[in-house]
Amino acid sequence: MFWGSRKTINMNYFPDEVLEHVFDFITSHKDRNSVSLVCKSWYKIEKYSRQRVFLGNCYSISPERLIARFPGLKSLTLKGKPHFADFNLVPDDWGGFLYPWIKAMGKSRIGLEELKLKRMVVSDESLELLSKSFPNFKSLVLVSCEGFTTDGLAAIAANCRFLRELDLQENEVEDHRGHWLSCFPESCTSLVSLNFACLKGEINLASLERLVTRSPNLKSLRLNRAVPFDTLQRLLIRAPQLVDLGTGSYVNDPSSEAYKKFKAAIQSCNSIRSLSGFLEVAPRCMSAIYPICENLTFLNLSYAAGLQSNELTKLIQHCRKLQRLWILDCIGDKGLGVVASACKELQELRVFPSDPFDAGNAAVTEEGLVLVSAGCPKLNSLLYFCQRMTNAALITVAKNCTNFIRFRLCILDPIKPDPVTNQPLDEGFGAIVRSCKGLKRLSLSGLLTDQVFYYIGMYAKKLEMLSIAFAGDSDKGMLYVLNGCKKLRKLEIRDCPFGDAALLEDMGKYETMRSLWMSTCEVTLGACKMLAKKMPNLNIEIINENEQTESNLDDNQKVDKMYLYRTLVGHREDAPEFVWLL
Amino acid sequence: MASEKDLNLEATELRLGLPGTSDESAKNQMSATPRSNKRALPEESMSSNATASKNCDQETTPHTKAQVVGWPPIRSYRKNNLQPKKSEAEPSGIYVKVSMDGAPYLRKIDLKVFKGYTELLKALEDMFKFKAGEYSEREGYNGSEFVPTYEDKYGDWMLVGDVPWEMFTNSCKKLRIMKGSEARGLGCVV
Repeated sequence: MFWGSRKTINMNYFPDEVLEHVFDFITSHKDRNSVSLVCKSWYKIEKYSRQRVFLGNCYSISPERLIARFPGLKSLTLKGKPHFADFNLVPDDWGGFLYPWIKAMGKSRIGLEELKLKRMVVSDESLELLSKSFPNFKSLVLVSCEGFTTDGLAAIAANCRFLRELDLQENEVEDHRGHWLSCFPESCTSLVSLNFACLKGEINLASLERLVTRSPNLKSLRLNRAVPFDTLQRLLIRAPQLVDLGTGSYVNDPSSEAYKKFKAAIQSCNSIRSLSGFLEVAPRCMSAIYPICENLTFLNLSYAAGLQSNELTKLIQHCRKLQRLWILDCIGDKGLGVVASACKELQELRVFPSDPFDAGNAAVTEEGLVLVSAGCPKLNSLLYFCQRMTNAALITVAKNCTNFIRFRLCILDPIKPDPVTNQPLDEGFGAIVRSCKGLKRLSLSGLLTDQVFYYIGMYAKKLEMLSIAFAGDSDKGMLYVLNGCKKLRKLEIRDCPFGDAALLEDMGKYETMRSLWMSTCEVTLGACKMLAKKMPNLNIEIINENEQTESNLDDNQKVDKMYLYRTLVGHREDAPEFVWLL
Repeated sequence: MASEKDLNLEATELRLGLPGTSDESAKNQMSATPRSNKRALPEESMSSNATASKNCDQETTPHTKAQVVGWPPIRSYRKNNLQPKKSEAEPSGIYVKVSMDGAPYLRKIDLKVFKGYTELLKALEDMFKFKAGEYSEREGYNGSEFVPTYEDKYGDWMLVGDVPWEMFTNSCKKLRIMKGSEARGLGCVV
C-alpha cells in the first residue's frame, strides 16, 4: 500500500505481473475492453494477457488486425451472417467464411485452443487446416453453420490430439457416411463433450461405443437419429457419469430385453441434469426416464414430434427442478398449466410450432402463457410461437413476471390483432417493456402501430436487440426506437413502412450499434448512398437478388435488403456479385 | 419503368384472376412480401398457386395466398427436421376409409380439408345421407340413428368428437358410422 501523503493508490507502482494477475479476475469482455482504455500501460498488459475474444460480426475487423491486437489469443468466438439468414432472407453465398481466419492464425504464432462459430460458412478445407495448425486445439463449437461435410469432421477427429469438445448444433452437414467417428485415434481419451445430433447419416456404432468407453471424462453426449435404442442403452452403461444426454432414436418395445436393460442402466445415471433428442420416439417408452426427471434442469423435447400433450405432461410432472424447457406447441394450453404447477424453478421457456404453416392449428394461445407466468415467478426468458395473443394477457404476464431479459413472441399470423378487442397489441407490449426494466432482447409480432415503438423508446432502456416484422405506420416508429433505446446494439426490421427520413435522422447512432438490417421497407438507394458517404466507419450492403445491375437502378428506387454494420476495416473483399458495397 | 406506364401494358397483361378484380389484390397474391403502408399481407396457405376464382369481389385478402418468405421465423434446420411424417402428409392429405353399417361399399375422405368436427360431420352426413344429431360430452350423439366412431392408432374404437380436433386427425385410422343401437356401449342414448 502506498498511503502516506497520497489520497489514492497509484497502481503504476505495481509490477506488470501483479496487474496481470488482477486482470485475470476480470473475465467479461465488456470489462476487459474498459480496462484497456484506462491508460497505455494497462492497454499493453491487457493486450498481452487477453485470451478470450468475442467478435459479434466477423467483418468488423480483419484476422490480421485481431492477431496483432491480441497475440495471446486462445479462444475465439465468431459470428458471420446476420440473424435473419436463419429464416432464408440472406442468399447462401453472402459471406461469413472461416477459412481466412484459420489461414491467418495458422501462419502466426497464435496458439488457438477454442473456436466457437455461429452462422459461418465452414469448408472442409478450413477444418482440415484448423486441425493441423494448432497442436493444443481443444474445443470446436459450430452453431447454425454450413459448408462442410463429415470429411472435415474426420480431419478434426484424426488430428486434434487433445480434443475435449466437438459440439455441432443445428448445422447443415453433408454426410459422407459414418467413418469420421472411427478417425478418433485409440490414444484419444480426452473427450468431455460430443454432440453430433444434427448429422443425418449412419454412424459406426462399434466405434462410438469404443470411443465412449475410453473417454472417462465424457460429460455431454448427444446422439443422432441413426443411433438406435440398443446402442443408447449400452452407451449409458459405459458412461454413467454423463451430465448431459441427447438420445438418438428412442423407439423400442416396452416388453423387450433392450428396454429392460435400458431401465436398469438409466437408474445409475444419477448425474444427468440435461436431456434432449427423442428425434424419433415411441411414447410408451417414455416412462423409463421418469427416474432421472427429478434432477433435470434442462429438458429439450422440441424435436420430439411423436409425443402428444398427455405424454408430455406426464413426463414434465416429474421434473420439479426444471429451469429450462424447450417444447412443441402440441403440449397445449392445458399442458402449459401443468408446467406452471410443476416447474416452480422455471427460468426459460421455448414453445415451438409443430405445424409452422398452419396458423389456425397452433395449439397454444395466450392462456398457456398466462398460466406459466402465474406459476413460474422466476421466468426470465421466453420464446413463444402461438396462434393468438391479447393485450389483457400480456398485461397480466407483465404483472406476474418482471424479470424478463428475453421476450420473443411470435404470433403465427403476423398482423393479427387482439382477437377479443380487435385492437393492436401496442398496449400489451407496452406493459412488458414498462414492467421488465432489465429487458435486453425483444421480438414483436401481431398488429402493431407506431404507439408500441413509442413505449419501447420510452421504457426499454436496457434493450440491446430488437426484431420487428410487419409493424408500425410511419418513420416515427423507427425514430422512437433509435432515439430512446440507448443501449441498442442490433436492430432488424422486415416489411415495415420505415424509410429514408428515419434512416438518416441520426447517422452517428449506427456507430454505437453492431448492425442494422432492413428488408422490404421504404428505404431508397439514394438514402443508402448518402449514409455510406457520410459514415466511413460503416459498411452499407445492398443485397439485390434481381438481375438488374447497379447502373439500371436509380436513387429513388427502394432497396429490397440493406444490411449495415460498423467496421474498422472498410469494404470486405469477399462479397459476391449480388451484394453491392456502397 | 416510366415507359411501361405510358404503354398501358396493364390492359393486355396476362394474370390470374377474373377481369375487373382489383390490381392490388392480384399483386398481393403474386408477391411474397407486401410493401404498402396498409400492410395488406397475404396469409399463409398450403397452395403456391394463387387463384382468385372464388372471391372476385375482393377489397380484402384473396381466397388462396402465397406463403410469406421467412415467416414464421424458425431456423431452416428446425423446419426441415421437425416433421418428416407430416411433410409426407402435406401434399396428399390424411385419407381415411369411411364405412357405414349397411352400406355396400366404403368411401374415403381427406381429414385435412376440414377445419373441425362440424365440417367433418356435415360432409359425412351429406355423403351417406344420415343425420348424426347433436354431440354432447356427456351423452355423445343423443337421439340419432347413426353414430360416427373411429379407430385410433392404438386400435381402440372411439366416439368422434371427444378429443381436440388436431389430436383426432393425428390418431384417426379409419371411420365407421355405427348403427345407433350398436353404439350403446360408447355412452350414447338412443
